[in-house]
Amino acid sequence: MTMPRNTGISRMKIRLLPGNILPQLLLILLILIMAFFLSITSPFFLTWDNLRNIFDHSALYIILALGMTFVISSGGIDLSVGAVTALSGVCMAVAMQSGLGVGISILSGVAAGALVGAANGCIISLFKINPFIVTLAFMSLVRGLALVITGGIPIYGFPRSFTWWGSGHIGPLNPPMLLAALLTVLAALVLNMSRFGYYTLALGGNEEALRRSGVSINLYKIMVYLLCGATAALGGLVVTARLNTAEPLAGWMLEMDSIAAVVLGGTSMKGGKGSIAGTAIACLLLGILRNGLVILSIPSYYQYLLIGVIILSAVIFAEAGWGKGLGSINRKKERRGRTV
Amino acid sequence: MWDRAGEGKKIPFIRLRNIKKTFGHVVALDGINLDVYPGEVTALVGDNGAGKSTLIKIIAGVLNPDEGELSLNGRHFQHLTPSRAIELGISAVYQDLALVDCRDVASNIFLGKEPLKACFFVDKKRMNRESEELLKKLKVSVPSVTTPVELLSGGQRQGVAVARSIKQKGRMLIFDEPTAAMGVRESAGVLELIRDLGDEGFAVFVISHNLHHVFTIADRICVIRNGRLVKDLRTKSATPDQVVGFITGTNRDIADTADIVNIKEGSITT
Ligand SMILES: Nc1ncnc2c1ncn2[C@@H]1O[C@H](COP(=O)(O)OP(=O)(O)O)[C@@H](O)[C@H]1O
Ligand SMILES: [Mg+2]
Repeated sequence: MTMPRNTGISRMKIRLLPGNILPQLLLILLILIMAFFLSITSPFFLTWDNLRNIFDHSALYIILALGMTFVISSGGIDLSVGAVTALSGVCMAVAMQSGLGVGISILSGVAAGALVGAANGCIISLFKINPFIVTLAFMSLVRGLALVITGGIPIYGFPRSFTWWGSGHIGPLNPPMLLAALLTVLAALVLNMSRFGYYTLALGGNEEALRRSGVSINLYKIMVYLLCGATAALGGLVVTARLNTAEPLAGWMLEMDSIAAVVLGGTSMKGGKGSIAGTAIACLLLGILRNGLVILSIPSYYQYLLIGVIILSAVIFAEAGWGKGLGSINRKKERRGRTV
Repeated sequence: MWDRAGEGKKIPFIRLRNIKKTFGHVVALDGINLDVYPGEVTALVGDNGAGKSTLIKIIAGVLNPDEGELSLNGRHFQHLTPSRAIELGISAVYQDLALVDCRDVASNIFLGKEPLKACFFVDKKRMNRESEELLKKLKVSVPSVTTPVELLSGGQRQGVAVARSIKQKGRMLIFDEPTAAMGVRESAGVLELIRDLGDEGFAVFVISHNLHHVFTIADRICVIRNGRLVKDLRTKSATPDQVVGFITGTNRDIADTADIVNIKEGSITT
């Protein structure tokens, strides 16, 4: 019951600035600062061509990071997504080479990704093995599969209707951007408003509580990893179509980028809390950062360094920073408001 | 051996036969036979580590017994699963509460039973409304049903766990120390609820350390010691002293009890 005593300022603060929106606001602020800095450094930064370029690159990261958001908020991790990106692209290429239609080929590639995800989920949930080690093994296994299927040689030259998915035009935008936008909206609806989303977060919060409530935790875990495999495969579609090449070494280190984006976006590594909007915003931020490195002609090797630093600072921030401080302030105030 | 209090008139909701459970070298349950009847409140009392929580976890399908059988409605089971137990109408409030701390009050109350609208979206408005009504009925006050459970006090958290067990709409309700962390007002609300549930025909099984509470709400008291059911009494024909004796093992049976009572009252002359 809402306490009459609790309708004061503390209550308002909780409503206006819930702890879980703060990281996202901060990210937007960071984006604005970076954009401001870059736009005065280079007149090129704020041109539509450059912005389009940023959106185009961020789209791929967003697509992958959405699935990763589900996995991480369920208390897991998926290190195999980069490899799945390559495998699904290879599957699509092989399907098209063997004369299958573009639609069917894309579906087969997505199915391959979903299958890898489901396999991850099955092993993690049925044998109760740490997701880190299972998906690490799958990272190597899937990459190996992509190399074996192609013999290590990239496959290229696809129909226009396939490459459209990477380099087509829809007005001023392109298919990857729209796909990313569409998936972001869908993912937000599913995570925040569907039973599947509720159970994903409950899995990360207290999976034993979920089990005791009669929910099949194995089924939902498998579905979470399956979803992540499927989004990684859609990433594979974008990469393969964009380059017009199915490259068995594509998506190298993409797992790092998507984990970084998810953590930066305010999703808790401990599970139980996830922000789709945060993930999308963080992907844009990373996109601008990469773009900035190019504009400032800083060697791309520094990206790895930077991503590492970003993951570390995001985790430390979430663990020890304002997130916790604010939480404890709220807690004190709410405790005070109770009557026994 | 033990009195089968209440047997004869009614059909038990659940029968446990020779339930055994060990954890490594620890024998938690050593052949439990117990029937729990609808329409009455059965209290399970015993010392720490006697096996109470283990027993209710087996009834709720959270743990599998090593040996023995559970029967409900003439169906026999070697073990249950949480979802099967809930299907069969068994809801439980666990000692550790089994709440998802980072989720809000309403989401916890409806965990596993979320109402849907348009076949896809969780009907959060309805969850919030019904949670508020239920908590009001239970006399549990929380800042808001959208507060994460991790921000609540121990008593409030227990209130949420009790509310969830009610929402599961079971016909047997199990409470493992439901008032341990509650204040006086909250305890009174929950005890009243437990008594009402018994009167309304539910099979209620409650574990409590507070003998005063037990004597207020229970129709029947079962005493468990070292994994064995040592006594099964009607509350009407028992005294707290006597029950304490069975819990600690100083009383072996009714005859002993009578003697001790008599000695206390000085009516035994030797
Ligand atoms: N998961 C477990 N692993 C190992 N031992 C356990 C476990 N659960 C309970 N036990 C042991 O079983 C015995 C009974 O425990 P429990 O049923 O929790 O007692 P109670 O609820 O009556 O205090 C205790 O000795 C306890 O240490
Ligand atoms: Mg116990």
